[in-house]
Amino acid sequence: MRPRLLTGGEAVAHAMRQIDPDVVPVYPITPQTPIVQGFARFVADGRAHGELVDVESEHSAMSAAIGAALAGARTITATSSQGLALMAEVVYIAASMRAPLVLAVGNRALSGPINIHCDHSDSMLVRDSGIVQLFAENAQEAYDLTVLAPRLAEHPDVLLPVAVCLDGFTITHAAEPVSLLPDEAVSAFVGEYEIPHSVLDLAEPSTHGPFAMPDYYYELRRAQAGALAAALGVLEELAAEYERLSGRRYGALEPYRLDDADHAVVALGSTAGTVKDTVDDLREEGVRAGLLKLTSFRPLPAAEIRRALAGAARVTVLDRADSPGGVPPLAAEVAATIYGSGAALDGHVYGLGGRDLHPEDVRAILAGGAPAYAGVRGEG
Amino acid sequence: MPRLEPWQALEPGGTVVPSEAEQPHTGGWRTGVKPAVDLAQCVNCLLCWLHCPDSAVVLRGNAFAGFDDDYCKGCEICAEVCPTGAITMVPEEPA
Repeated sequence: MRPRLLTGGEAVAHAMRQIDPDVVPVYPITPQTPIVQGFARFVADGRAHGELVDVESEHSAMSAAIGAALAGARTITATSSQGLALMAEVVYIAASMRAPLVLAVGNRALSGPINIHCDHSDSMLVRDSGIVQLFAENAQEAYDLTVLAPRLAEHPDVLLPVAVCLDGFTITHAAEPVSLLPDEAVSAFVGEYEIPHSVLDLAEPSTHGPFAMPDYYYELRRAQAGALAAALGVLEELAAEYERLSGRRYGALEPYRLDDADHAVVALGSTAGTVKDTVDDLREEGVRAGLLKLTSFRPLPAAEIRRALAGAARVTVLDRADSPGGVPPLAAEVAATIYGSGAALDGHVYGLGGRDLHPEDVRAILAGGAPAYAGVRGEG
Repeated sequence: MPRLEPWQALEPGGTVVPSEAEQPHTGGWRTGVKPAVDLAQCVNCLLCWLHCPDSAVVLRGNAFAGFDDDYCKGCEICAEVCPTGAITMVPEEPA
């Protein structure tokens, strides 16, 4: 199909229309709003058939989503920033109750100071909740990952919420050419929603979210970790199937010009695109730079990261979130993953609250000597 | 004490499917009193059935048919809500 000019938010709304979820509980927040606004228009126009539930907060949105998903309804919701923060308590419940719902996150900085622009601090807030977190590089990926997400969430070995993270404004509001699959292809790809036990199954009633004492809590947490680990293999299977369907492949990570790279950059989200351009420029100048883009942050594809970075003498990690008083999240993960490899590792926070990262900024970081907080006034 | 299962054997989310689960008789938690009924005073309003938090009021069709000692915890709510005083709490017989 001929590509269409769509923002990331519109592309995700189209993916939702094609998936045609049964229930979409929503509460508006910038920059997620165009996703649900777009989907609401499809419902109003009769092009999607789900129940759009206006709730009074994101805490309620996720609570309603869990109930719907466990009742047997395919369920999608979306949020950003403070919305995800308010939702956080229930995101943990969704993961522990193994509710296979889909959550689109328009990544936005957490308050305060209050800000509406992109960073990854909202997603990082729930990184340990036990949900799957996939990061899109652009509007096309946001669309494709949203189409993939229900299958990943609902796989019997996974049964977990899947968050599709797209950078606020940079992806949610910027228009790009996006290739949509035919409606019937998406419909056939996602198939029917099935869960092991519906709370509405009166023939075989089941109790969901039971209290767990010290004799079972630990095992149930371990099972959640097991499900996330299984999601890596399922993502690979789905990637192959989706590639046959669309011609586009999504693994847990994407190495870019990394095979012979001396210097590897690791990044999430739209910044990966900026780094790719910079890598191309540096290559023309004879600098052997490369990029490792992580699509799946949770589960973290640790073995694949180790393999992908094995040849790099130097690794630079770019974090669009901070861990004040500690090590920023992506840098900490990469350091733990490649520990003992001998590569020199440096990590930099960048782009908090929507501060742009231009190719020349990436170039300056790669040149070495950049401060831990790259691009902040008062340092370097 | 239920058998302690390894994590791989658990239902996702710890979901309990009664047909596969052990069914402990929680009436064993009762603390000394249990309900008794004087059927002459019962008007079959079923408020006790509606209020019982443990589904321990037994019906036959739509008619009150007694208490299920296997699950009654002796909370006294039935006696409290009974509008005719048909339900009273009586000392437990020694086991």
